[in-house]
Amino acid sequence: MRAAAALLAHELRLAVRSGGEMAQGLVFFMLALALFPLGVGPGPVILERIGVGLIWVLALFSVTLTLERLYAEDARDGTLDLLATSGVAFELVALVKAVAHWLTSGLVLVLCSPLVVLLLGLPREAYVAVPVVLLLGTPTLTLIGGIGAALLVGSRRGGLLLALIVLPLEIPVLIFGVSAIEGWVSGLGASAQVMILGAMLLGTLALAPFATAAALRLALE
Amino acid sequence: MNPADDALDALVRARGLACRRAGRDVFSDLSLAVDRGGALLLRGPNGSGKSSLLRTLAGLLEPAAGESHVAPAADGSPGLHYVGHGDPAKPTLSVEENLAFAAALGGGGGDVEAGLRAFALVRLADTPARYLSSGQRRRLSLARLVVSHKAVWLLDEPGVGLDKTNRDRLQAAIADHRRKGGAVIAATHGDVAIADAAVLDFGR
Repeated sequence: MRAAAALLAHELRLAVRSGGEMAQGLVFFMLALALFPLGVGPGPVILERIGVGLIWVLALFSVTLTLERLYAEDARDGTLDLLATSGVAFELVALVKAVAHWLTSGLVLVLCSPLVVLLLGLPREAYVAVPVVLLLGTPTLTLIGGIGAALLVGSRRGGLLLALIVLPLEIPVLIFGVSAIEGWVSGLGASAQVMILGAMLLGTLALAPFATAAALRLALE
Repeated sequence: MNPADDALDALVRARGLACRRAGRDVFSDLSLAVDRGGALLLRGPNGSGKSSLLRTLAGLLEPAAGESHVAPAADGSPGLHYVGHGDPAKPTLSVEENLAFAAALGGGGGDVEAGLRAFALVRLADTPARYLSSGQRRRLSLARLVVSHKAVWLLDEPGVGLDKTNRDRLQAAIADHRRKGGAVIAATHGDVAIADAAVLDFGR
């Protein structure tokens, strides 16, 4: 457990030190959202209609964008060997790395999402709905994406391949994420969608570390 | 003590190990035992299986046949430290922070200061690893051996990129480790000398 805590502290320190990489996902997210009103015109009707979907699609891309380096660097420089021979289970490594990645990517999006709601001129209810639903959905994106990142360790230019592997698996999160926010904002209720998102989070939390660990073991061979 | 007891007492032992890489038999039916204070040098041309043997002993490669065992550390974690071809130095962390991470991974008992001193890295302690030369990065990797505090050192070409002074430091560290009851298995092309080491020659 001490080693896991040390790994978490190590990962967070690395993310803070190379601040540019951490900001990459957020900057992409905010820039794209800021450009959309310019592209489709500032009419509030269109933005309100596509806003929620836009937030989720860009969150998906933003998280995937920063996932590529989750294990690639560690495999290249030998840190993965170091972790493997230290006796810390790869399942725990996968979980800790996912937590660290989410804290520096998904959580940052959650914290900035009220600003996005303002930017897109979404209804007042969205100031609560968007952050809460993103809070529930983005960890699932990181956990699923971690499997893809581990599978692609050692492949050159894995970025596009990662998107191809991971994005289809993340579609359910997109569908229920959008539906939850829309249900919430329109007053139709979103408890079913929120529960499904919660179930997906718990399911991936339980299973993804094992799949990621298996992929990492393959990478050592 | 008869030889069988002796083998049970060994820090590292392997019996009938075989390794297949990409459908080719790299080595087969390989047995070895290394005691406390012992050293084993792996010799042989490139691609003869030295690295594969080290990775198998480290538990990073699954052997095609046979079994290997490295005595675990007191806390149950693997009792070995492996230094491969890569230098796992994080460019944005200082030398000291890189070593502190290795110490924490090894259970937290490691002495970072001792690692810095053993490979003359004290002056570079606060330098981010991205400014290190390849030889200095190598020394950082070797300093992890001292910091991680494991009984068995598995070294893959540890002398690569080191100058004469630092090869001497490595030899001193190895001698010191063996005096304290540790064991060393190293693959080298003769640039690092280890006194009275057994030799396993892959070049037959």
